[in-house]
Amino acid sequence: MEISLRINGSAETLEVQPQVSLLDALRDQLGLTGTKKGCDQGACGACTVLSDGARITSCLALAVQYEGHEITTIEGVDHPLQEALVRADGLQCGYCTPGQICSAIGMLAEHKEGMASAVTEDDEVDELDEEEIRERMSGNLCRCGAYNGIVEAIKEVAG
Amino acid sequence: MTTAQKPTGAVGKPLDRVDGKTKTTGAAEFAAEHTYPGLAHAALVHATISRGRITALHTDDASAVPGVITVLTHRNAPPLEPVPKTSPLDLSSMVSGTSVDYLQTDEVYWDGQPIAVVVAENAAAANQAAALVRAEYAPSEAAVDFTGAEANARPQPSSPIMPAGAKKGDAEEALAAAPVALDLRFTTPPHNHNALEPHATVAVWDGDRLTVHEPTQAIDWFRAHLAARFGLPADDVRVLSPFVGGGFGGKGAVWPGTILTALAARATGRPVRLALSREGVYRTVGGRTPSIQRVAVGASHDGKLTALVHTSVTRTGRVGGFPEPVTTQSQHLYAAENILLEQKLVRLDLLPNIPMRAPGEAIGTFALECAIDELAYELDIDPIELRLRNEPEANPLDGKEFSLRTLAESYRQGAARFGWHERTPEPRSMRDGRWLVGMGAASAYHPAGYFTADITVRLSADGTVLVRCGFQEIGTGGATAQAQIAADALSVPFQAVHVEYGDSALPKGPFAGGSMQTATVAASLLEACKKLKRSLRTMARRTGGDSHEEVLRRANVPHIEAKVGSSTQLGRKSDQARFMLRLARDRRRWVRASTGAHFCQVRVDPDTGEVRVTRWTGVFSIGTVVNPKSAVSQLRGGIVMGLGMALSEETLVDPRTGRIMNPSLSEYHIPVHADVPPIDVSFLGTPDPTMPGGILGAGELGITGVAAAVANAVHHATGKRVRDLPISVDKLL
Repeated sequence: MEISLRINGSAETLEVQPQVSLLDALRDQLGLTGTKKGCDQGACGACTVLSDGARITSCLALAVQYEGHEITTIEGVDHPLQEALVRADGLQCGYCTPGQICSAIGMLAEHKEGMASAVTEDDEVDELDEEEIRERMSGNLCRCGAYNGIVEAIKEVAG
Repeated sequence: MTTAQKPTGAVGKPLDRVDGKTKTTGAAEFAAEHTYPGLAHAALVHATISRGRITALHTDDASAVPGVITVLTHRNAPPLEPVPKTSPLDLSSMVSGTSVDYLQTDEVYWDGQPIAVVVAENAAAANQAAALVRAEYAPSEAAVDFTGAEANARPQPSSPIMPAGAKKGDAEEALAAAPVALDLRFTTPPHNHNALEPHATVAVWDGDRLTVHEPTQAIDWFRAHLAARFGLPADDVRVLSPFVGGGFGGKGAVWPGTILTALAARATGRPVRLALSREGVYRTVGGRTPSIQRVAVGASHDGKLTALVHTSVTRTGRVGGFPEPVTTQSQHLYAAENILLEQKLVRLDLLPNIPMRAPGEAIGTFALECAIDELAYELDIDPIELRLRNEPEANPLDGKEFSLRTLAESYRQGAARFGWHERTPEPRSMRDGRWLVGMGAASAYHPAGYFTADITVRLSADGTVLVRCGFQEIGTGGATAQAQIAADALSVPFQAVHVEYGDSALPKGPFAGGSMQTATVAASLLEACKKLKRSLRTMARRTGGDSHEEVLRRANVPHIEAKVGSSTQLGRKSDQARFMLRLARDRRRWVRASTGAHFCQVRVDPDTGEVRVTRWTGVFSIGTVVNPKSAVSQLRGGIVMGLGMALSEETLVDPRTGRIMNPSLSEYHIPVHADVPPIDVSFLGTPDPTMPGGILGAGELGITGVAAAVANAVHHATGKRVRDLPISVDKLL
């Protein structure tokens, strides 16, 4: 079926089967390969993109569900976090990095909107400290173990 | 960060990695992302028995799926040359993940072995069709239960490079006579590397020339293996691997997916891509062996070790695998009067194991360093003090010289940074509110060495430097580190150096394994830079000129180049011979290793047994620290993987069927952000006088000792000794 998506600010029309994931549509049909496939079952976060500013795991999203939504992938991101990550060495092999970045941007917005996390005491959303960042970013795995650097970079831009 | 180095040039500076922007903008193109006109897609069909023969393969339903081009099986696949025999004289022969001739036989050697490949116009059709292939089997008896096979263990094959044991005095007798003695059994489960990037291959034939895009830790060996399997001269195979999305050993061998993609491309005349699913990686890429270990220690009342026994049982597959050197660190860490080390092996009908970050030491240090902690409690001596009392001046086994031994200093600095003196030794004596608090320490140990590498270095009249070497960037920041080394060796700014890597068309790079890549490339790079400077001096005598740019301009040459190594057949052979001679010579002269001390703080929920690691300090000796920023990341990365090993990681193999039961990231738990506290890493920074540029390895050291430090801290918190990894909550209740 034919669907229209807005991706990184431009309108795209795609012919997709209803079972095709947003991740596969992005990578295989639109050539937006910055979004990665690490598990294809929502366990690793490498495929995280933003839909109307909210983070989603695109491997668990059907492309047809996102008709009319504004999708932002790493190719459309221009955020101080990217340079902060390099300075803090919050990456090694780089495979999880696009997902970490998109997830962090979505997470910062959630925090700004007052969304509590599992470690927020009494649901009083306060400063975004390291414990909060770690909890909120736990859906994004990094096997190289660059977590300290990622947290440091996020803290810097959340500042 | 403390370091003894005072950086005057680029080496020793915490520079940002040069590929940082590429990796943070989505521009880094990993193997699975390469595309070609007419690209077809492959999917694997896996065997569901551990041993036996295929009696029937029903492929009609699969072939009928729209878009399917072919279904390859042992009945119709093009021929493959047999797997080259493993030979110590040809290191590339070590790269065979298994000895199976995929799709050339009806025999099945492990649950998960590919028995068919579907090639289709798109990945969805290939996957759908692969699920429709039905196999019938005649199973034969299979040995798949590791624990049950312990009694059948045989001594590991031993070689001078990898001794399967060692002996000094009579350790068993000394143990029996020791005033204080412990005899302990430890187990560790199988692990999987779980690099975030699943293995992927894109293979393209142009006549009899093969191009392969694939993340690998061993471009040159990989190329040699492919050439051998497809009967081609090595020059007709090109392997491109500019980005490797994590390796940890799992991408250090050639696995079935690679061979079958190239075979499918040859059979269909189309470029073919195979991007393995996460489950596909578990079924076709070997992981870390499980182990059963015995550590027995005997000591006098003042804590002098009189006996140290460390034995291990690990497994390989019937069709390949790597005998894991579990007792290596026990040769070198303690000045015991009597030592007995033995490594045994069982061979099972399972996917062969393969090195995973610090094979041997990662699990060997768990048993040894827990046993030392237990002995410290038995003797009522502080565990660090006990280690210092047994710190050897020379190699305990044979009195060989240590090239660099700074372990005691690591403990002294680490204890101060961590605040070890605040620890009250009594188990369950420290609390934070309702949480039990524990502190534990353990040693890190990883042997050091270096391979050979070919390299060219070009110095241009415009002041730029081009370094070319086909090494692999697996996340270590290799290009950045080598640019730093080249900048200093040629006295040019860091920014003037560009490093090309990740392609078999470049001069032959080393295997990215054994934590040896940085030192290996540095050795050739430093030699090439020396040659360049010599040529420049000769030239300058003729032309005059203050700078090399000036000299080259006056001589009217655009650039000069220096080479190390030769790609000819003869060059490769002599290279190999030189490497083996150097290895033998160096081993006679020195014991070389990177070392360190870990300090861990945990808190344990007294009701649920939940363990949280709250604090970590590590002080390491990795020789010259080329780039403190990326070196800290390497050590932290090892520690994080060690936390997983300590607390959650375990590949579950059904002992009845040999099938891996948790082949996914939702059922195999690697550490997430919330599991990882701030990790304080520092380096002693003393260069190793026997290594190129003073550089020892950094990639594997971090994981060694981690599980022991955690287990020792858990004991301090709870009073419970957990000797079977992982330390899951059920073991603390």
